[in-house]
Amino acid sequence: MRKFAAEKSRDILAHRKISSSVLHHPTASLSSSSHPQKPLSRSSAALLLRFLSTTASPNPSTDSMASDYSSTPVKIDTINPKVLECEYAVRGEIVTLAQILYCNIGNPQSLGQQPITFFREVLALCDHPAILDKSETQGLFSADSIERAFQILDQIPGRATGAYSHSQGIKGLRDAICAGIEARDGFPADPNDIFLTDGASPAVHMMMQLLIRSKDDGILCPIPQYPLYSASIALHGGTLVPYYLDEATGWGLEISELKKQLESVKSKGISVRALVVINPGNPTGQVLAENNQQQIVDFCRKEGLVLLADEVYQENIYVPDKQFHSFKKVARSMGYGEKDISLVSFQSVSKGYYGECGKRGGYMEVTGFSPDIREQIYKVSSVNLCSNISGQILASLVMNPPKVGDESYESYFAEKDAILSSLARRAKSLEEAFNGLEGVTCNRAEGAMYLFPRIHLPKKAIEAAKAVNSAPDAFYARRLLNATGIVVVPGSGFGQVAGTWHIRCTILPQEDRIPAIISRLTEFHKGFMDEFLD
Amino acid sequence: MDYETLNENVKKCQYAVRGELYLRASELQKEGKKIIFTNVGNPHALGQKPLTFPRQVVALCQAPFMLDDPNVGLVFPADAIARAKHYLALTSGGLGAYSDSRGLPGIRKEVAEFIERRDGYPSDPELIFLTDGASKGVMQILNTIIRGAHDGILVPVPQYPLYSATIALFGGSLVPYYLEETANWGLDIVNLRQSVAQARSQGITVRAMVIINPGNPTGQCLSEANLKEVLNFCYQNNLVLLADEVYQQNIYQDERPFISARKVLMNMGPPISKECQLVSFHTVSKGYWGECGQRGGYFEMTNIPPKAVEEIYKVASISLSPNVPAQIFMGLMVNPPKPGDISYERYARESKGILESLRRRAQIMTDGFNSCRNVVCNFTEGAMYSFPQIRLPPKAIEAAKNAGKVPDVFYCLKLLEATGISTVPGSGFGQKEGVFHLRTTILPAEEDMPAIMASFKKFNDEFMEQYEDYKGYSRM
Repeated sequence: MRKFAAEKSRDILAHRKISSSVLHHPTASLSSSSHPQKPLSRSSAALLLRFLSTTASPNPSTDSMASDYSSTPVKIDTINPKVLECEYAVRGEIVTLAQILYCNIGNPQSLGQQPITFFREVLALCDHPAILDKSETQGLFSADSIERAFQILDQIPGRATGAYSHSQGIKGLRDAICAGIEARDGFPADPNDIFLTDGASPAVHMMMQLLIRSKDDGILCPIPQYPLYSASIALHGGTLVPYYLDEATGWGLEISELKKQLESVKSKGISVRALVVINPGNPTGQVLAENNQQQIVDFCRKEGLVLLADEVYQENIYVPDKQFHSFKKVARSMGYGEKDISLVSFQSVSKGYYGECGKRGGYMEVTGFSPDIREQIYKVSSVNLCSNISGQILASLVMNPPKVGDESYESYFAEKDAILSSLARRAKSLEEAFNGLEGVTCNRAEGAMYLFPRIHLPKKAIEAAKAVNSAPDAFYARRLLNATGIVVVPGSGFGQVAGTWHIRCTILPQEDRIPAIISRLTEFHKGFMDEFLD
Repeated sequence: MDYETLNENVKKCQYAVRGELYLRASELQKEGKKIIFTNVGNPHALGQKPLTFPRQVVALCQAPFMLDDPNVGLVFPADAIARAKHYLALTSGGLGAYSDSRGLPGIRKEVAEFIERRDGYPSDPELIFLTDGASKGVMQILNTIIRGAHDGILVPVPQYPLYSATIALFGGSLVPYYLEETANWGLDIVNLRQSVAQARSQGITVRAMVIINPGNPTGQCLSEANLKEVLNFCYQNNLVLLADEVYQQNIYQDERPFISARKVLMNMGPPISKECQLVSFHTVSKGYWGECGQRGGYFEMTNIPPKAVEEIYKVASISLSPNVPAQIFMGLMVNPPKPGDISYERYARESKGILESLRRRAQIMTDGFNSCRNVVCNFTEGAMYSFPQIRLPPKAIEAAKNAGKVPDVFYCLKLLEATGISTVPGSGFGQKEGVFHLRTTILPAEEDMPAIMASFKKFNDEFMEQYEDYKGYSRM
């Protein structure tokens, strides 16, 4: 349960003399500082601090509102219980203090990562096509971005980027995405299989909605997992069936573990419908080996499970000994076609080297479903009419970037390479830093954007955490925040083997801030261990 | 996975706006037939141009490196450049960063200020959540309210089928209340009371009431008295009022200008103004902006307890954030160019042009339908649609049955095949038993309207010739 750590925050904020009623007063500003390095101004100093706790029970009501809500239709005990049940750790933290270092969320551009120039040029032109015909425009934009904008706008009737499109997304853009998928995999993709969505998350929700009929429907999810899955399953009233990744073998996915969990839950009357695989992993960062993927495909076929392949980090690979292979490519390479396996692949514009989180662009490629099911998927998509057009355009650019010989290719490639190689360096530095801490082991980040170190917490620390009704990793994370301003997400938000504690830390702060982060972290950790070790 | 094992709620859910007629129209279009899509309120698809100023600002925000280019002033006016800088400063890293899950605080503040100017009462930005279109907001709120099949939501009939689709998806119960066609689609409080009583007798807890003002598909604009009645009703019956006000800029008569449910509620004073629960919805998709493709909207909560607000926030946070460009469109919509700004005249001219044309088209369409045999059409007071009643002769109804089609679907399919006009049958919105309608938009270009109405009239005459018992049958 999420908890307002009202007492804790009062301690921290005591020197700012903010009363606890600020936490519940609806006019309290929850605004965070717009730039992590700026100290907070007095005027925006209404502060709220919340932490996750797996052992905490909800705070008793400290509602200081004048009105009594006891007889109103929408209040906490009459809202949808599935809403109450669902948790989403990543935004459990809302913190505003001076000098915050946000390592809690995969939001690269909020930490200074620059967007890819070519993509933004095209998007700007598509947002304001009226300037395409002006000669002055050529002075502001590269020639090939203008050309690409024309190409894209020609796919849109009347160049009307403000109109609702086809509910699966603009056909021409889907064609471009399919071309990109084919170039990546060596196997064709069908534009009728593509559903463009406002980010990958709505697509995941749509699949959960389709698959889950009741609590008796289970979805196999990796532990640790990105909590979109647990939250979505809870929201849709299903059962999360965990399968544990093996930390000792670099977060390996064992088929024997999948089998074991499947059998165990079947015997309890749960019908398992799908298997979620996040590759590269979040928070764990592992990239699956191809033979491992083959085993997974066979497992899903054998057990009649829909394979939900979250592949949003496909362009974030940092190690030379691993490569991304899409599950579709693996399945097709094994000779499995439309009739052999039901597979949904999710991709997003939020990650990779483009990091365009705020645009909400993404798609799912849906293969191996009968026409009547696809009709239902279409129908559900149509209720929201369509995803945002700019995000659709961006998805087509991501899957079809400048090629060798294009005017913008060199600058595009330089930007991309700079970002990816910097991410790889940061992944390595932070991994080494964590491994250098006493009682901390950290698997390497082969891909994605996170490190998930295990903190072997001393007994005393665990007891101290219990004493304040906090999960031990949340306790550690809170102390880390107070001491250093570094915001991470406690491992309990992602799930972990009972009795083990982790934190998820992104690799996203700009490279020049990494040394400071490492030194603060190191100093804090030493102090923490000194305090709690016997 | 097979069809049988799909979530039943998904199978139950229907959304006619992009249903059978639209799919058939798309097929015909692929075969080369010219189709006039009047099935959805999608102004830009029918030739309405985007307003210039917002597009300039958002384009600059997309490519901030342009702001430093010495040539930027050759392509963009100074106020657009200044406004782009203003919005970029409100973001936490430009358009590419997730914002606060409720939307950028600076823009929510602009929305609150707009609401205050509009209504004369202060509004709290903390209770305003930006969403990827108003539809997402509606879905979020209904998801919060509906616990199961025993929870009922009062929905007007005819209604915009987002409501029926969403209630089905979340496993709730739709409790219909019928609008009175002969009283210009007015609210019938007796019917409302009856609907609630009937639902309760079936063990349903009625939790919320939806009003769409101006109405979709019906177009009626509620009077202040109407709104008071509704609010009192909700208060007495412990219902949260869900006020879909997305068409508040689309008003085509002067007798009943738009007045927000919130303003009326505040006017009524305590205790009701402090206790009656209300969620109001707005969007950048309608009005004279028509920016459907951006997916920008918001909802504002009034008298919703903090803990419930927290839970709604939590669910919003799972999707991380609404898309940032659309948030900027929203900021611009509630805070447009002002007199004296460089871009003001153009902005005012473009806006006025669109609104006046919509008003004319509302009239042209209403009159056009009313001049047709067996067709009666209430005036489109607001919104974007015309919802004529088609009095289908018994032989037509029989022919429909034989074809395995609902009568108005049958009529609309024939209309589509004969003329290329793609409408949505009234059954998609709900109507009284045995009464048939179709919904069309008033959005085709003004210069195309006479031809479209003539084409419709010709088809309708022929249809009625074919299915009536005797010729020369005059309009009832």
